[in-house]
Amino acid sequence: MSELPTTAEATVRLRGISKTFSNGTTAVSRLDLDLEPGSFVSLLGPSGCGKSTVLRMIAGLIEPSEGTVSGSREVGRIGFVFQEPTLMPWGSALANIRLPLDLAGVASSEANMRARDALAQVGLEGFADAYPRELSGGMKMRVSLARALTTEPDILLLDEPFAALDEITRFKLNNDLLALWQAKRFTAVFVTHSVFESVYLSQRVVVMAARPGRVSDDLAIKTHLARGEEFRTSADYAQLCRNASQALEKAMAS
Amino acid sequence: MTKPTSLRRFGLPIGLGILTLVFWEGCVRAFNVSPFLLPGPVAIYYALVDDWGLLSDALLVTLQITGLAFVCAVLGGGLIAVLFSLSRSVETTLFPYAVIMQVTPVVAIAPLLIIWIDNVRLALLVCAWLVAFFPILSNTTVGLNSSDHNLRDMFRLYGATTRQTLFRLRMPSAMPYFLTGVRISGGLALTGAVVAEFVAGTSGQGSGLAYRILEASYQLQTPRMFAALLLISITGVLIFLVTSFISRRILGRWHESAMEREK
Repeated sequence: MSELPTTAEATVRLRGISKTFSNGTTAVSRLDLDLEPGSFVSLLGPSGCGKSTVLRMIAGLIEPSEGTVSGSREVGRIGFVFQEPTLMPWGSALANIRLPLDLAGVASSEANMRARDALAQVGLEGFADAYPRELSGGMKMRVSLARALTTEPDILLLDEPFAALDEITRFKLNNDLLALWQAKRFTAVFVTHSVFESVYLSQRVVVMAARPGRVSDDLAIKTHLARGEEFRTSADYAQLCRNASQALEKAMAS
Repeated sequence: MTKPTSLRRFGLPIGLGILTLVFWEGCVRAFNVSPFLLPGPVAIYYALVDDWGLLSDALLVTLQITGLAFVCAVLGGGLIAVLFSLSRSVETTLFPYAVIMQVTPVVAIAPLLIIWIDNVRLALLVCAWLVAFFPILSNTTVGLNSSDHNLRDMFRLYGATTRQTLFRLRMPSAMPYFLTGVRISGGLALTGAVVAEFVAGTSGQGSGLAYRILEASYQLQTPRMFAALLLISITGVLIFLVTSFISRRILGRWHESAMEREK
């Protein structure tokens, strides 16, 4: 896959970042992390380990108390998928997907065209005029994903996006996400607490420990198999999951 | 499936109404109750027909005051809420005064307003507006501040301006709250108008329905009092129906409160 062109140019660098909230909780403590352009990285850890905080600091939604984040702070370079679909209930699927373009002042006809493209990419061609209320959980998540992709971001940040979905839908969306990543090669940062999901999707799993949030392990997920159902049932996958599980246990014990 | 539900929705309450009217008329006749004390529905109907000229003029006056007060309340309440939402310090400075204005009963303020404002119509309008505008203000203020946190983060992420966030996020989020305020305020505008008319009493040369009730009570024309009361009630019901209809139309397909669920 490495010969594919990548849209991302700069490495996202986190240097010595800490975050202490006003209530005194230290969510993240002196964390260093480099994200290579075009890579798929998962942040894996128990709840409360600050993985979502790290993601929000990369996005610039939270300022670190200490340290620097570079390579990700321009508007439009980042797409963000929240844990909930976070759609505007008063807007159709198309209007929701158009939002980033509308906010950037893209002309209406072009915005419509690009939003329709994004809708097609997530397999929801017929649903442009449907309201979020009329869509299933999985479809709403697809709309959310399409919205994050309309601006053709270099970096896609995903905050446990499929956690609330049933397993069948989650598998499907995992595959779709992989296909999109392989086609576009944005830098993907995927926050999850599922070992299986992280190993299945990523090239690299960064395991985090809690109190305070820090990197406990950094695993490369290497396999000669193509990602897909074949990989999911392979011995490679089982072994890699075992490694990640052990790393997670270690992180939780520390 | 529509037949039994619509029968139930309209048939049952209308049936109860007819039964009550028959029972009422029957009692009045059977016990020979004096019409000064309690007129029967038939007598009220005749009062309505006979005094229609007088009552319809009064109805028009009350409708005008109510309608104008309602429109001013919707515009004023909405605009002030938006103003509050744009500046926290403006909100914290002014909101307590809005509350004071609201909790002080209009009946208590109305005599002052009538002294201060030469034009009685205008005084009545101000009274009705004072009562009607608060629910819109408080509801809309809450609505403007209750947009989804993740959506707000998303707007920030895409560099939305204050204006874009207001028009594309906060105002639509506030819409259900605003419309609830509108529904409450419609009824209150009528209440405010009627209360103010009572207080203005005989000084009101532009005499609305409440004044006619007062006047009829001095003349012991009880059937006419009931007829005027009936018109006030009908006005209130119409206001409720119209505002509910508008609210449903606006929220349409997206809000839970306006959705029809299939069973």
